[in-house]
Amino acid sequence: MKFGVIVFPGSNCDRDVVYVTREVLQQPTRMIWHEDSDLSDIDVVVVPGGFSYGDYLRCGAIARFSPAMQATVEHANQGKPVLGICNGFQILTEVGLLPGALVRNRDLNFICDRVLLRVERTDLPWTSQYQPGQVITLPIAHGEGCYYADETTLAELEANRQIVLRYSDADGTASEASNLNGSLHNIAGICNQQGNVIGMMPHPERAADALLGGTDGLGIFESALRVAVTA
Amino acid sequence: MPTYQAQIYVTLRPSVLDPAGTAVRSGLTHMGYSNVEQVRIGKYVEVTLTAEDEASARQQLDRICDQLLANPVIENYRFDLKAAVPAA
Repeated sequence: MKFGVIVFPGSNCDRDVVYVTREVLQQPTRMIWHEDSDLSDIDVVVVPGGFSYGDYLRCGAIARFSPAMQATVEHANQGKPVLGICNGFQILTEVGLLPGALVRNRDLNFICDRVLLRVERTDLPWTSQYQPGQVITLPIAHGEGCYYADETTLAELEANRQIVLRYSDADGTASEASNLNGSLHNIAGICNQQGNVIGMMPHPERAADALLGGTDGLGIFESALRVAVTA
Repeated sequence: MPTYQAQIYVTLRPSVLDPAGTAVRSGLTHMGYSNVEQVRIGKYVEVTLTAEDEASARQQLDRICDQLLANPVIENYRFDLKAAVPAA
């Protein structure tokens, strides 16, 4: 099982992901420079957090046109797993692999915190290690993480069960108080209809080693690994 | 080929909240402009390009805006186009 982590100018969470897949999970991992268009050796693509191309114009807008992202779209269209974290989530929406957009946080603050999230789907390649309705704690760090989509798209996301993570209280209630950035429907992470592409604002790679104070994020990467092992 | 100059305005769709605009409105209220009812912040982009004719320039600019300068999920755009005056 080989992981690939895309590196844009301005990515800053790429090495954290590589640490998890290479050191914690002991899986071969390649850092993919944004100009690289050959992903044929990669099983799982991770689009990491950061500020790709300085986030000029809009978050993820320029990264969308990079050769590595074009190859990632092909990878996704073949049904293979793709994970976008934070800036990676923004890029996946810009490139059209996931619906909606991430806009400025409701209260304008850059939010750096740990948040509670309810896991809505445990039947995905990315979430099989969690229990239905499980509440997990993951770090967030973003200024533009407020999920937006029009009414029709939101209704489709709900109907197709494409919402994977919601900001919630400790008892799993998706309350307004828990929704720090103002995301519609408390959305913290979604998947495409097929379920192979997932995007999330929280950082599972920052909660995958007990030394960092939490391991609730490790399940995301372990789930992907399990798919590959059983495939 | 003639050169054209486009003045492009990218604005948030009305259904998208603009917290930055709301913050500016709050600042204006503090300045005493209690009559300011709404502020919406967008982007202004100037693009200079060469094209066969104006129709071709407009067509290319639509694509440029649709694919990069604006995100149709959250933004609208419009542009004014004029032929550049040749340097004397």
